[in-house]
Amino acid sequence: MIPDPRNPIKDHISETSLFVTRTVVAFLLVVLMLGGLVVRLVYLQIVKHENYETLSEKNRISIIPEAPTRGLIYDRNGVLLADNLPSFSLELIPEQIKSFDQTLALIKELINVSDDDVENYHKLRKRERRFKKIPLKRKLTEQEVAVISVNQHALDGVYIEARLQRHYPFGLAMAHVLGYVGRINVEELARLPEAQYRASRYIGKIGLEKHYESILHGDVGYNKVETDALGRVIRILEKTPPVPGNNLYLHLDSDLQLATEGALAGRRGAVVAIDPENGAVLALVSNPSFDPNLFVNGIDTKTYSQLRDDPDMPLFNRALRGRYAPGSTIKPALAFLGLQHGVITPSWEIMDPGWYSLPNDDHRYRDWKKWGHGKVDLETAIVQSCDTYYYELAYRLGIDRMHKGMSMFGFGTKTGLDIGEEASGIMPSRDWKRGAKQEPWYPGETLITGIGQGFWTATPLQIALHTAILSHHGVGYKPQLLASYETSEQFFHREKVPLDPISTQDDPNWTIVLEGMRKVVHGLRGTARTAFQGSKYVAGGKTGTAQVISIAQDEEYDEEKIALRHRDNALFVGFAPYDNPKIAVSVIIENAGHGGSEAAPVAKQVIDHYLLRP
Amino acid sequence: MFDLPRANTHKERNNILWRLHIDLPLLFGLIVLLSIGLAVLFSAVGGETDQVVKQAIRIALALLAMFVVAQVPPRVMQLWAIWLFLFGLILLVLVIVMGDVGKGAQRWLKFGGFRFQPSELMKLAVPLAAAWYFSDKALPPRILPLILGFILIITPTLLIAAQPDLGTSLLICSSGIFVIFLAGISWRIIGFLAGSLAAFLPILWFFLMHEYQKQRVRTLFNPEADPLGSGYHIIQSKIAIGSGGLMGKGWLNGTQSRLDFLPERTTDFIFSVFCEEFGLIGVLVLLTIYIFVIARGLYIATQAQDTFTRLLAGSITLTFFVYLFVNIGMVIGILPVVGLPLPLISWGGTSLITMLVSFGILMSIHTHRQLLSK
Repeated sequence: MIPDPRNPIKDHISETSLFVTRTVVAFLLVVLMLGGLVVRLVYLQIVKHENYETLSEKNRISIIPEAPTRGLIYDRNGVLLADNLPSFSLELIPEQIKSFDQTLALIKELINVSDDDVENYHKLRKRERRFKKIPLKRKLTEQEVAVISVNQHALDGVYIEARLQRHYPFGLAMAHVLGYVGRINVEELARLPEAQYRASRYIGKIGLEKHYESILHGDVGYNKVETDALGRVIRILEKTPPVPGNNLYLHLDSDLQLATEGALAGRRGAVVAIDPENGAVLALVSNPSFDPNLFVNGIDTKTYSQLRDDPDMPLFNRALRGRYAPGSTIKPALAFLGLQHGVITPSWEIMDPGWYSLPNDDHRYRDWKKWGHGKVDLETAIVQSCDTYYYELAYRLGIDRMHKGMSMFGFGTKTGLDIGEEASGIMPSRDWKRGAKQEPWYPGETLITGIGQGFWTATPLQIALHTAILSHHGVGYKPQLLASYETSEQFFHREKVPLDPISTQDDPNWTIVLEGMRKVVHGLRGTARTAFQGSKYVAGGKTGTAQVISIAQDEEYDEEKIALRHRDNALFVGFAPYDNPKIAVSVIIENAGHGGSEAAPVAKQVIDHYLLRP
Repeated sequence: MFDLPRANTHKERNNILWRLHIDLPLLFGLIVLLSIGLAVLFSAVGGETDQVVKQAIRIALALLAMFVVAQVPPRVMQLWAIWLFLFGLILLVLVIVMGDVGKGAQRWLKFGGFRFQPSELMKLAVPLAAAWYFSDKALPPRILPLILGFILIITPTLLIAAQPDLGTSLLICSSGIFVIFLAGISWRIIGFLAGSLAAFLPILWFFLMHEYQKQRVRTLFNPEADPLGSGYHIIQSKIAIGSGGLMGKGWLNGTQSRLDFLPERTTDFIFSVFCEEFGLIGVLVLLTIYIFVIARGLYIATQAQDTFTRLLAGSITLTFFVYLFVNIGMVIGILPVVGLPLPLISWGGTSLITMLVSFGILMSIHTHRQLLSK
C-alpha cells in the first residue's frame, strides 16, 4: 500500500499484533460475560428452582369447584315435596360470537328478548372473561328451548344452559314447613365454610331447608384443571365429583297437610297434628301462606312488600311463632295436676253461680255461662268447660304448682321441633313476672291462668304437643319432622326422643281426665259434640274460646259490636282413637269465635282424613 | 504479540466449499442454531406447523442471501461501503420525516405494499462504513480520525434512537464502537469514554428517554411492583426459566409457554421457552454453540488480511454477541426489556436476513483471502 501523505505510515506487523490482542481480549470478555449470564441462570434454575416451579404450577393449575345437587325432600309416603328442576337459560360466549348484533337479530326472530335482557347481558359481559357463558335470557319456556335447539346450527356461540333449580310442587301448602332456598347473600357468604360453598348458588333460608342445610347441601366437587394465562380451561387433570346432598324423608303426610289446609278453608289460623306415639309431626299448617317458589331466584320488591305488608301476615309462621292464649284447651291437663296434687277429687263438687271471687276481694271472675253451671264436678267441668271450677282449682293449686306442672306439658319452652324458629310462649310464674314486669304475682292472676288466659301464651305446636302428651298418659316425645335421611350409602333413621314423663302411664288420674275429654266430643252436653256427631271412631278433645282482648268488669261481651280482629280465637285440641291415640291435633282459628263450632270441625276433618282414609 | 498459525490454505483452496465461498465450521454452527430455533418455535406456537414452515422458508431465503453475499469479494464491499452508508442515512431521515408508525415508534418506510426498516440496513452499513473509514488510517488511530469516526457512528445511532428504537440504536452504536476498539483505541481513551458515558446516563434518563423506556428500566429492578402490567413479562419469564430447573420440562412440555403465560414467546422471549423445556443443561449446550460461532467469527477476523476485513469481521462477530447477551440478559431479568431477538433462534424475518447476510460477509472475508507466501 502506498503511504498516504496525510496519514502516518501504517505498520502492518504491529497493527496485526494489536488487532489480535484486541480480538483475544474481546473473546475473553465475551466468555466472561456469558459466564455472568450462566451464573444468573444457575441462580434461577438451580437455587430458586423449587420456588419457580411452585409458581409455575400455581400458574397452571386451577381448582374449579362444582356444586353438589341438593338433596330432595319427601314426605312419609315418598311424595316429593322439594325437587330440583332444570331451568333453562339462553347463554352466549362472547369470544365465539362474530357479531353480537347479528346474533341477537337471529335470536329475536326466534324468541322474545327484551331490551332489559340485552342491557343485563352487556353489564355481565363487561365483568366476565370472554370465554365464559353469559346469560341473555333466563327461564326459557319449553317452546323457546325447542325453537333455539332446532336453530342451534345457525347460532354459533349460543347455548341453552340447564341449571337445577329448587322447586316446591306443593307451593303454599308446604311453605311454612319446608321454608325455601334462596341465593346466597353476602352475610351468609362470610359465615359459610368457604370451600363447601364455592360453587353453590342457593342456601336454605328458612324452614327445614335452613335447618337441614348441612344434610341437604352435599359436598362440593372439584375439577383440577390446567388453564392458560386467561384462565381458559385446557384440560381436566383430576376430577373429584361432588357428593349430592342427602334426601330427607319427613314424618309429614302431604295428603293430610293438604286436607288440613282445605279444612281451614282460607281462615287465618294454624293446625298441628302429632303422632302421640313418637312425636312425629304429621301436619303443620299455618294459614295464610305464600308461594316459596317466588323466593328461589330472588323475589321482586313489589311482590315481597305485598306479602310483607299484608295484614293477614302470610309470611308469619303461626304454627311455630303464633303466641295464643291456650284458653280452655288446657283444662284437662290442669285437672290432672289438681288430681295429682290431691287438691281435688273426681267427685268433689262446686256450686257455680256464674262467677268466682277470691276471699276478701269483691272482684268477680266470670264464667263464660253468665248464669252459671250449678253443681259441677270434675267431669262436668271438663265437658262443659266450667270456668268457675277452674278458678277454684287454680286457687287451690297455686301458680307455683301450675307453672311446674304445665311446664312438664311443654308450655313456656320451645318444643325443639327440627325447624327452629319457634317462639317459646309464656308459662307465667312469679319469677317470670318479676323479671318481665318488675311486679309481684297477684292472686287474681292465678285464677286467670287457670282458664288458660292472662299472661299465658302458647304456640299451636306447644298446644298440640301438650295434647299428645296428655293423650299418651303423660309420656311424650319431642316433636320431629325428619323421619330419616338417605346418604348414598345408607339410611339414617331418626329415633324418637322421649320427654320427661309426667307421672306413670297407669296413673288412674289420666283415665279420669281423658274420660272427660271423650265426653267433650261424644257426651250429650259436650262442647264439641255437634262437630263429632256420627264419627266412626272414639275421640277425645277439648274446646277453647280464648279472648284476644280483656273485657272490663261488668261489660257485656257482644260479638256483634267487637271489631273482627278483636273477636275470640277459636281453639280445639283432640286426639283419636281414644284407646290408642294415633293422632293429636291442635286447631286455632283466629277471631273465629267459638272453639266448639269453628275449630272442632276442622280437627274432625283432619282426624277423619288421617284415620279413615282408605 | 500473538502470531496464530495460518490455516492450511492449500488444502482449503481445493475444497469445493471453499470455491463456493462457504466456511464449513461457521455454516455448521449456524445450521445447528437455526435448527434449534425451529424446534423451539414449534413448541412455542403450540405444536402447529404453519409458523414453523414459514420460518423455515425465511431461513432458506436468508441462507440464500448469505451465500449470495459470500460471493461478493471484500474489496467490492469496501468500495460500496460508504455509499451504502449514505443511502441508509437518507432513508433514516426519511423515516423521521414520513415513516410509518408501528407499536408507538416510527421505524418503517413503505414502498407500495412493502414495508422496510432502514435501521436493518444500517446494522450492516455502519460496521462496513466504520471499517472502511479506519482501513486506510494508521492504527491505533490518532485523535482526529477517531472523532470523525465517532461522528460517523453516532449519527445513525441518534437517528435510530429518535425513532425511537433503543435496542437497534444500541446495536448499531456498539457495532461501530467495536470497530474502534479493534482498531486499537488506547485504553486511556476507553476509560475516558466509559467515564463520560457514566456521566451521560443521568442526562439520558431525565431528558432523552421516553416514558415507556424508563418504565422498562424501572420494571427491571422491581418487576413485582406491577405484576400484571409492565412487570408481567419478566415475572413470567423468570418463572418459565426457573421452573425449567436443571433438566427442563422436556420439549413441548413447557407449561408456561404452551399455556400462554409467557408473552412474546416466539420472538423476544423464546429463550425462556428454551430454558423451561431444556433446563440448565440445554442452556449450557446452546451457549457452547454460540461461543463456537463467536470464536469462529473472531478467528476469521484474525485470519483476515487487511484492516478493512478484519475490523469488519471482528465487529460483525462481536455485534452478534451483543444480540445474544442483551436478549438473554433481558429475558433473565438483568437487563431492561429492549426488544432484541435471540439471534438465529427468535421468530421473524428481517433480523434473520440481516444476521445471515453479515455471516455471509464473514464467509466472503474468509474465503476471498489471497494466498500469501510466507
